[in-house]
Amino acid sequence: MGPLSALLAPFQDIVQNPTFFAEVLIGGVAAGLMYSLVALGFVLIFKASGVFNFAQGVMVLFAALTLVGLMERGLPVPAALVVTALVMVALAVGIERAVLRPLVNQAPIILFMATIGLTFFLEGFGELLWGSNVKRLDVGIPDESVKVAGVLVNKLEMTAALTAGILVAALAVFFQRTRIGRALRAVADDHEAALSLGIPLKTIWVIVWAVAGLVGIVAGIMWGAKSGVQFSLSLIALKALPVLILGGFTSVPGAIVGGLIIGVGEKTAEVYWGPLVGGAIENWFAYVLALAFLLVRPQGLFGERIIERV
Amino acid sequence: MRMRTLLIGLLALAVGTALLLPAAAQDRTVFIPLLVYRTGPYAPSGIPLASGFVDYFTLVNERGGINGIKIVWEECETQYDTKQGVECYERLKGRSPLVVNPYSTGITYQLIPKAPVDKIVIHSMGYGMTAAADGRWFPWVFNFPTTYWSQASAVIRYIGQQEGGLDKLRGKKIVHIYHNSPYGREANPTLETLARQHGYELTLLAVDHPGQEQKSTWLQVRRINPDWVYISGWGVMNQVAVKEAAAINFRMERLIGNWWTGSEADVIPAGEAAKGYTSTTFHGAGTSYKVIQDILTTLYDKGKGSFERSRVGEVLYNRGVVNAMYNVEALRTAMGKFGNKPLTGEQARWGFENLNLTEKRLEELGMKGFTHPVKITCEDHEGSGPVLIQQWDGKKWNVISKDWIPPIREVVRPALEAAAEQEGKKLGYTRRDCAKES
Amino acid sequence: MIYREAGYFKTTYAADQAVFPILQDRIFVAALLVLAFLLPPLAFSEYWLQAVLIPFLVYALAALGLNILTGYAGQLSLGTGGFMAVGAYSAFKISTAFPDLNILLVFPLAGLAAAGVGLLFGIPSLRIKGFYLAVATLAAQFFLIWLFNKVPWFVNYAPSGTISAPPRTVFGVMVTGPEATAAARYVVALGLVVVFGWVAKNLVRGRVGRAWMAIRDRDIAAEIIGVRPLRTKLLAFGISSFYCGMAGAGLVFLYLGSAETLAFDINVSFLVLFMVIIGGLGSVLGSFLGAGFIILIPIFLTNVPHWLGLPMSVALQKQLELMIFGALILFFLIVEPHGLARLWQITKEKLRRWPFPY
Repeated sequence: MGPLSALLAPFQDIVQNPTFFAEVLIGGVAAGLMYSLVALGFVLIFKASGVFNFAQGVMVLFAALTLVGLMERGLPVPAALVVTALVMVALAVGIERAVLRPLVNQAPIILFMATIGLTFFLEGFGELLWGSNVKRLDVGIPDESVKVAGVLVNKLEMTAALTAGILVAALAVFFQRTRIGRALRAVADDHEAALSLGIPLKTIWVIVWAVAGLVGIVAGIMWGAKSGVQFSLSLIALKALPVLILGGFTSVPGAIVGGLIIGVGEKTAEVYWGPLVGGAIENWFAYVLALAFLLVRPQGLFGERIIERV
Repeated sequence: MRMRTLLIGLLALAVGTALLLPAAAQDRTVFIPLLVYRTGPYAPSGIPLASGFVDYFTLVNERGGINGIKIVWEECETQYDTKQGVECYERLKGRSPLVVNPYSTGITYQLIPKAPVDKIVIHSMGYGMTAAADGRWFPWVFNFPTTYWSQASAVIRYIGQQEGGLDKLRGKKIVHIYHNSPYGREANPTLETLARQHGYELTLLAVDHPGQEQKSTWLQVRRINPDWVYISGWGVMNQVAVKEAAAINFRMERLIGNWWTGSEADVIPAGEAAKGYTSTTFHGAGTSYKVIQDILTTLYDKGKGSFERSRVGEVLYNRGVVNAMYNVEALRTAMGKFGNKPLTGEQARWGFENLNLTEKRLEELGMKGFTHPVKITCEDHEGSGPVLIQQWDGKKWNVISKDWIPPIREVVRPALEAAAEQEGKKLGYTRRDCAKES
Repeated sequence: MIYREAGYFKTTYAADQAVFPILQDRIFVAALLVLAFLLPPLAFSEYWLQAVLIPFLVYALAALGLNILTGYAGQLSLGTGGFMAVGAYSAFKISTAFPDLNILLVFPLAGLAAAGVGLLFGIPSLRIKGFYLAVATLAAQFFLIWLFNKVPWFVNYAPSGTISAPPRTVFGVMVTGPEATAAARYVVALGLVVVFGWVAKNLVRGRVGRAWMAIRDRDIAAEIIGVRPLRTKLLAFGISSFYCGMAGAGLVFLYLGSAETLAFDINVSFLVLFMVIIGGLGSVLGSFLGAGFIILIPIFLTNVPHWLGLPMSVALQKQLELMIFGALILFFLIVEPHGLARLWQITKEKLRRWPFPY
């Protein structure tokens, strides 16, 4: 078998075994939407404040740790959720006061670095507060697999996918239809112009960071249900980055579409073509896929066009 | 400008104080550094391990130390990170440690070349470089009571037992899911050799670090529909693997983790679904053993324990205890020859090389049935290398293999000696002649 | 008062173009070099050499490389770890394939190999910019690490899957391998850093450096005035990777002694980026200061409770250390966003008027 036919053989495989391919697709969609959940947080903050928030991963971790920690202390799930949400809002206020306000008007890379400092701080703080053991997170989402038309589907993953969908829809409405949403878009377009119109920049920042924190809670619940709540949760940021560049830093629907493309792309590549080169290709394949898209559209699929002037 | 002046002052202060150096005192004690990881992504494993170590050392000291010599230890946090581990090692080296337990494959590889130069024994208990089990090439490195290769062969033997004999393995499908790192790949050559001999179909599936997303791996498992799955995982990869296995309704009792893939932390996220999951081990779990009871009564009843009482007896806690016991007994062996005094590195090495933990000695230590007797020789730094199989019943780990499962030594040992020669030559070593050793 | 810039009458272009045009600077640098070459090998403990100074030098080299790319040419890269891995693995392959080759040549050769790979992964930079490019360079990072992990040829089919520094001598002194003393390795690392630091300093203030800065400040404008973006950007990628490659070789050969791919994972890329930003983008000195900060502060924080004799569990200590480290980064950025190099400049300005400020 020549190298070319080896590369093409998986296509034959796909055609011959459509049920399994369906499972791969569903797996890809599920995984991709999980990435989208994390990528959403990045998009929100980048869109409204131009900050590439490296701390998004650790915010997910922090939210999940807080939620589980509260539940372990005997709070019922709804109460724990509310308290966690309040904590994330408080965190947003704190970040705006301590980090964003003093660094206003700095270069993007400086703000990026500041969020890295924030990452270190939150990692230490989260562990200090809640310990480093693996904690089981059970908020009552069913977690069995069922066969639907011969295809194995996991309920938890479906719930996650559905949640991601609802979240995006809600955020889209929030951005397009509400007063605050309009203000957010105005700030994203031009800080100074927005300020001169009387939009309170600081409040807007607190709002986006808080919303990103709330999205972080959702991401934390979904990922935490999968691996338990533990320190490694903060590493999922890395899985969200290819989604982010593919979809564009500034587009909420882009995060979802990007997630779907990356998820389906990397799973298909790994399952069908991975074995040809020894496997474990999905990590870099996601980035290469994103890179390929970028070469065609340097601002990502749904990113705002970069207009350059001298 | 004020802030800037303050900043410059702070920097100057930092540089100034950094020039101070810690000094060490030596008296009638033996010093053992503990490279631990109580924080970071691997802390769920690191905390029980470190606590087991500390508690056993405290127990020995409560009983008067090793033949009257107290153990002194100092923890150093590595976060399972190689560079921080090296920093710890260099810092604690000044206090003339006798043995170092690196507790990370990466750190072990760093320290192996340093051991003969610094004259500090490395005891990488069931991890690190498998080839170092050949003591002729690596006199300073010990990895008893067993190695990854022995373990892999024992797992195949166990699967054979379950299937009704090794000859029944022909045509069976076995998948090895491994952490894509030198550690994870350790078992591959052994599994491949045995696949050729026994005719089972082996599929190797790599999972990249950290392994939070394993959808594609388990999709492949689902398609292959293997009879058995063996996992060499670490950290979050373990928890996700068990969970994903449950999600594709894989039969848990046919899912075997290696000994770093079978602790309480690994089964927690999957909850009920993890019931029946098995893993290898080389010591018992739980608190029923006398030594653990001793720890509970001598330390925890008096508030001297270092861990949560309810978690004493966890798999990795007990592993820390076993490891500490090996360290202590090796030093005791050395004292038997060189006298009850603080030892030198050379003397400690002799103690490790001549360690002979008999069934009787284990009973004296309250470890009967807890772990296997070990006899170390100049050639063999591994011992006979048998393992146990334990199973998670939803609440705790129980040993289910009736007896210790010996490795397939006639396959493992020649490969190991060949590898030792290759790795030894790479470091510029020559093989020592064990006939000349006393 | 002591430090004066006035009073020098330059009569030749050469004098005007000197790296250190001021006498005090020259004396200071010369004294520092003599001190750096002599004092640590003779007087410092092995802990200081092995755990502090050698990693500092190795990372300074990497930071220098990234600073050329990110600080001078304005191309954000997160592939540093990958390029360092190329250097390390090619150094291993070269030195084991040609055991007689002088080890000092192995480092630049490894750098060249990394430069080649860097050029290749620099091509997308022509179309992709800013954070998009940063994430695109992650493709290089993940792919390269995967490659070295997967192909056993790179580790000479070693069963352990790791590379290790072979024992090699320079002028009869063992400088790599387990027998090499920390002092010997330190001197080699320092030599590399001094030579290539000097090269970098001259590069960035020459024509090439100016072209990089033009691209960084406004690439379209630069193109209009005749700077060719393709060549300039690729050159930055190549030279940056050359430095990173040498740093990678140094990491294995001079610092760690042996390594697996995990030693070059994404965290290394981030670490080096922190150094560059904290030290000061677009400053050679900043690369060194940043490396010093990122290497020294954690070690300093780890040791503080020891010196003060505070009984503290290691876990608590580490958590506090992370928090303080994070807070310090924030504090520094807020107080001086242009990095430590800028602080140094301010100190110098103060010294100029000292002790009679006005």
